[in-house]
Amino acid sequence: MSYELIGITVLWLFLYGYLIIASIDFGAGFFAFYARLTKQDHLINRLISRYLSPVWEITNVFFVFFYIGIVGFFPDTAYYYGSALLVPASIAVILLAIRGSFYAFENYGSKKSLVYLFLYGATGLLIPASLSVALTMSEGGFIVKQGETVSLDYWELFTNPLSWSIVGLAIVSVLFISGTFLTFYASRAEDHAALKLMRNYALFWSTPTIILALTAFIYLGQHNERHFQNMMDLWWLLGLSVAFFMIAMWLIYNGRRYGLAFICVMLQFFTAFFAYGIGHYPYILDPYITVQSSATTPAMGFALVAAFIGGLFLLIPSLILVFKLFLFDADYVKGKK
Amino acid sequence: MSSLDPVLMSRMLTGLTLFVHIVLATIGVGIPIMLALAEWRGIRTGDNHYTLLARRWARGFVITVAVGVVTGTAIGLQLSLLWPTFMRVAGKAIALPLFMETFAFFVEAIFLGIYLYTWDRFKNKWTHLLLLIPVAIGSSASAFFITSMNAFMNQPQGFELVDGVFTNVNPFVAMFNPATPTKVSHVLASAYTTSAAALASIAAFNLLRGRKHVYFKKALKITVVSTFVFAVATVMIGDFSGKFLAKYQPEKLAAAEWHFETMTEAPLIYGGFLDENNNIKYALKIPYALSILAGNNPHQEVIGLNEFPENERPPMSVHYFFDLKVTSGAVIVLIPLLYMFRKKLPGKKPYPKWLLISILALGPLSMSAIWLGWFLAEIGRQPWIVRGYMKVSDAATTSTSVGWMLVLFIILYLVLSVSAIRVLSQLFRNKSAEEEIRTLGLDIEGGDRK
Repeated sequence: MSYELIGITVLWLFLYGYLIIASIDFGAGFFAFYARLTKQDHLINRLISRYLSPVWEITNVFFVFFYIGIVGFFPDTAYYYGSALLVPASIAVILLAIRGSFYAFENYGSKKSLVYLFLYGATGLLIPASLSVALTMSEGGFIVKQGETVSLDYWELFTNPLSWSIVGLAIVSVLFISGTFLTFYASRAEDHAALKLMRNYALFWSTPTIILALTAFIYLGQHNERHFQNMMDLWWLLGLSVAFFMIAMWLIYNGRRYGLAFICVMLQFFTAFFAYGIGHYPYILDPYITVQSSATTPAMGFALVAAFIGGLFLLIPSLILVFKLFLFDADYVKGKK
Repeated sequence: MSSLDPVLMSRMLTGLTLFVHIVLATIGVGIPIMLALAEWRGIRTGDNHYTLLARRWARGFVITVAVGVVTGTAIGLQLSLLWPTFMRVAGKAIALPLFMETFAFFVEAIFLGIYLYTWDRFKNKWTHLLLLIPVAIGSSASAFFITSMNAFMNQPQGFELVDGVFTNVNPFVAMFNPATPTKVSHVLASAYTTSAAALASIAAFNLLRGRKHVYFKKALKITVVSTFVFAVATVMIGDFSGKFLAKYQPEKLAAAEWHFETMTEAPLIYGGFLDENNNIKYALKIPYALSILAGNNPHQEVIGLNEFPENERPPMSVHYFFDLKVTSGAVIVLIPLLYMFRKKLPGKKPYPKWLLISILALGPLSMSAIWLGWFLAEIGRQPWIVRGYMKVSDAATTSTSVGWMLVLFIILYLVLSVSAIRVLSQLFRNKSAEEEIRTLGLDIEGGDRK
């Protein structure tokens, strides 16, 4: 396998990792705020903060990691996406900044404030919406290139049903993934009140997730024939995705094996995400950037792959340690430690 | 607003983000070392006051880390958003340190999370302390990688420029360029100094407010002595940096010193100002000092600004940054020295008010020295973004919205700074150290040998 192919595969894996853990994080923020509004916060707040407190910083690193990785492996992306996305990406950065710092202010500061919690909860939904612009843009047709000046066509972006269906899909997926994870976490904590609430949230958000996934897929077909056709050729991956979704729903509905249910949700998104990614290949930004045309110099490419392998030796044991301490330690989850 | 020059706006926005981020990044690199020192003393001497000290520092540290992470994310993205051409071209040579930095950051984030949530979880006290090792290594390694990238921009090597494209790149040669050793060590030492100094300021502040508990005196001692050690190291490395500049980046040193004619036995200019004809007025001239600074030898030849075309000279204002920074450095060494000899000073009080006020000034002083140092380093390589290869004006975005983004980010950083300061001060006011010592029963349990 060539280094640029290794690069894009690894980056896609990391983006997937970010998608899952950020969704848990973003959704949890929204649920925490919503529960406070509906006066149910006593049921879930402790659960949410016990999981989130040790990991919020790690979530952010996943994002930075993907981002630096893609710019490093494919410097042309910095040029095109950087030029075109100045406004949406700056807004995403501002939202991330508000979210990250107000989470810390709310949790480690001494004053509990509804304003802080609102900022934390609302940004949790706006961030996926603003980040999804990059995904929409990659389908092509949203960039205007005049000479050496690259800019985003906002009119096209805001009037295109594809961009809105992707935004919608991003938001409901966040709530669905987060809901199923927190259901699992509540069941581990043997916190029955929280479990009941989170299970309702998970079931509620499953329907819009699957509907919007289908909608986005249809609009993709109208917008980018090539990508759509490639994904149709990967029908078995999409079929697997739907199957995992159904297993997860069946488990949650029947109130059993929540851990397995969450794994199924992860696999559901994994298969769909990779079908989407493989279908997109070889383009990173249709039609300007392909994996091959934008790759960095071979020496840098190999250095990055080597750094990556070395880094994983540090990263994987560390992540396992975190999971062992905060996710799979029954006493900690139950609040005894 | 949109008609304003995107290059200038991009420079201002990048500068603003770094101005905010550098405060938090500096603290992020240095505080883990201080945490480890306090916790280690606590375990070694069995004196729980030190453990409490580490615990209280850690509580405030979380807030600064949180804001530091978000400003760091901002600058990470702004590199591509504001300087797309730079990243496209130079990215081929500097992606490696940038990528490694995120790994170091990853390790730091993971272990900091564990450290903060496991204070009472391990039976062996040393286990918890050991968690700080990866945190400290992670944060210092982040500083190493990111500074080596900046060093590359000052002293580029490890590639060939063919038709505007970097080819034949050797990532390691680029990373370990001649500027890397002095830059990295100066950044690390000054970060340790500033963090120790900031904590010393807090301890002095508490003593000034009339709090007499021995806890604060211990806090003062451990922080001021550390400040001294780190500050001496910083000054020594700073001297190496001067010699480095003389050899590799003479136009920066010459601009900082208003040194126009190449000559031996060059004098050092302190203060003063320049008139329109570049004549120096009201400055203090120290004979031979610049030659000694540049090469440890009064007869050393120092290259002057006149050797460089006028459109490739840095702005002359960097002279003031240099003077102020060097002066602060000297004061930061002097104040802790006075503290250490306080018993030999005239007067009867062990903690005279003037001494405490000077220690209080240590934190702000060293923070300003950091800013001044970065102004000198960054403005001093103008007009280049990659010295000798790419000018700043060719690297910036062409977008017309940069001005609006600048406004948004100004508002953001104002809100963040004000909120962070409020939250931090509330955090310590609501639960005073004396109260905590009482509730935890630390005075009875021992360790407190007056």
